[in-house]
Amino acid sequence: MKVGVLALQGDFQEHAAVLRRLGVEVVEVRQPEDMEGVGGLIIPGGESTTITRLLHRYGLVIPLRERIRQGMPVLGTCAGMIVLAKEARGLDREGLEVMDIVVQRNAFGRQIDSFEADIPIPALGGDPFHAVFIRAPIIEEVQAPGEALATLEDGTVVAAREGNMLVLAFHPELTADTRMHTYFLELVRTAAAETGLKEPSKK
Amino acid sequence: MEQGTWLLKKGLAQMLKGGVIMDVVTAEHARIAEEAGACAVMALERVPADIRAAGGVARMSDPTKIIEIMEAVTIPVMAKCRIGHFVEAQVLEALGTDYIDESEVLTPADEAHHIWKHDFKVPFVCGCRDLGEALRRIGEGAAMIRTKGEAGTGNVVEAVRHMRAVQGGIKRLQAMGEDELMAEAKALGAPFELVLEVHRTGALPVVNFAAGGVATPADAALMMQLGADGVFVGSGIFKAEDPAPRAVAIVQAVTHYRDAKVIAEVSRGLGAAMSGIDVRTLPETEQLARRGW
Repeated sequence: MKVGVLALQGDFQEHAAVLRRLGVEVVEVRQPEDMEGVGGLIIPGGESTTITRLLHRYGLVIPLRERIRQGMPVLGTCAGMIVLAKEARGLDREGLEVMDIVVQRNAFGRQIDSFEADIPIPALGGDPFHAVFIRAPIIEEVQAPGEALATLEDGTVVAAREGNMLVLAFHPELTADTRMHTYFLELVRTAAAETGLKEPSKK
Repeated sequence: MEQGTWLLKKGLAQMLKGGVIMDVVTAEHARIAEEAGACAVMALERVPADIRAAGGVARMSDPTKIIEIMEAVTIPVMAKCRIGHFVEAQVLEALGTDYIDESEVLTPADEAHHIWKHDFKVPFVCGCRDLGEALRRIGEGAAMIRTKGEAGTGNVVEAVRHMRAVQGGIKRLQAMGEDELMAEAKALGAPFELVLEVHRTGALPVVNFAAGGVATPADAALMMQLGADGVFVGSGIFKAEDPAPRAVAIVQAVTHYRDAKVIAEVSRGLGAAMSGIDVRTLPETEQLARRGW
């Protein structure tokens, strides 16, 4: 099973390191051809303005959109969440616009307003997740069938899932807790098994 | 909820990786940089080439200028304070600057001490010429490191020298036995705990960008292949003949730094790069990298 990490800009190496620790083969994706044989994609933290520009410049928008719409699991963290949202307030370029959520960029303010907090994530079970929010966005609206996966104490939505799409306003790749990546890899494995049934000629 | 933690400070630098941070002196420049795909901008009154030309004492920028730039773009805004000038740093923190560069490009305010950066909630980036200097700055609380290079020269030679010195120092530490580390810490003038950490992990504990003399897409990719996590471009963009396409080209060269075809493509027809300075012709008193220790 190969998992791609969008490597245009941002902390893609941190995501790749977590995936390798979990025994997954990682591909850095910079051009459309890098997506060959990739069963899932992580869009990392970084600057969403930079990442969206490079997505357009290297012709990645249409192929990624198609793969995601066909069911390829995708995890977007922070900037990655902004890139996946159908509506991203505060972003001056269209991203992939595949997930039915409305997000607000830099929702908490500048760097001095960045924070760490323990948040309960029922889907993961067990202890609260230590979440790192850096110039983070928030999710203002989630449309069904999508659902919120985690909220802050004040009710602000900071994680959501819609089928094969998983988005987080925080950075699980910066802490040692691998539950979020494991949860995502489960989606990738399930999708790979289903694709295998539909297309028996392919592994 | 915790704020101003080490994880948050160094985490923001991790978000900048694989990106280009551009020096800008006006809101218009800042917008050009953001449009080109810069992952952050450095707000200045003058780019280093002009600071070098003007001479005199170079200080923190007028807050009006910094606020104007913060209002013009949505990407992180950095600003410079003088080495050791902790009140300039306090001012920049109060303004809401996202990162502070305690920079040798400005005239040092303290020739013995750098700022004790752990006291701040805002993160700092500092310059270095070798591993010892990098680890001293990290020991004081720098959450990001950059090579000093030689700012305002358009000449990448010093940035290369400094990046090779840092990377070489890391390899050397990795190869050593634990019994050799204390003597090496003494030789480097670096905190022992950080020496031990680099020996064990084979990497700096914070992000390391290249800076000081990058003028072309190939310069930027060179620094990335030498091990930089990203690139600062100071005078190289807005002192060039045609800044906007050069900015776009440098951003692409950093993303595709191992892909010579992409670098060839983006290097075409950019117009004249900034005219450079042979660093060997600069008297020691005019070499900015010698500031700080």
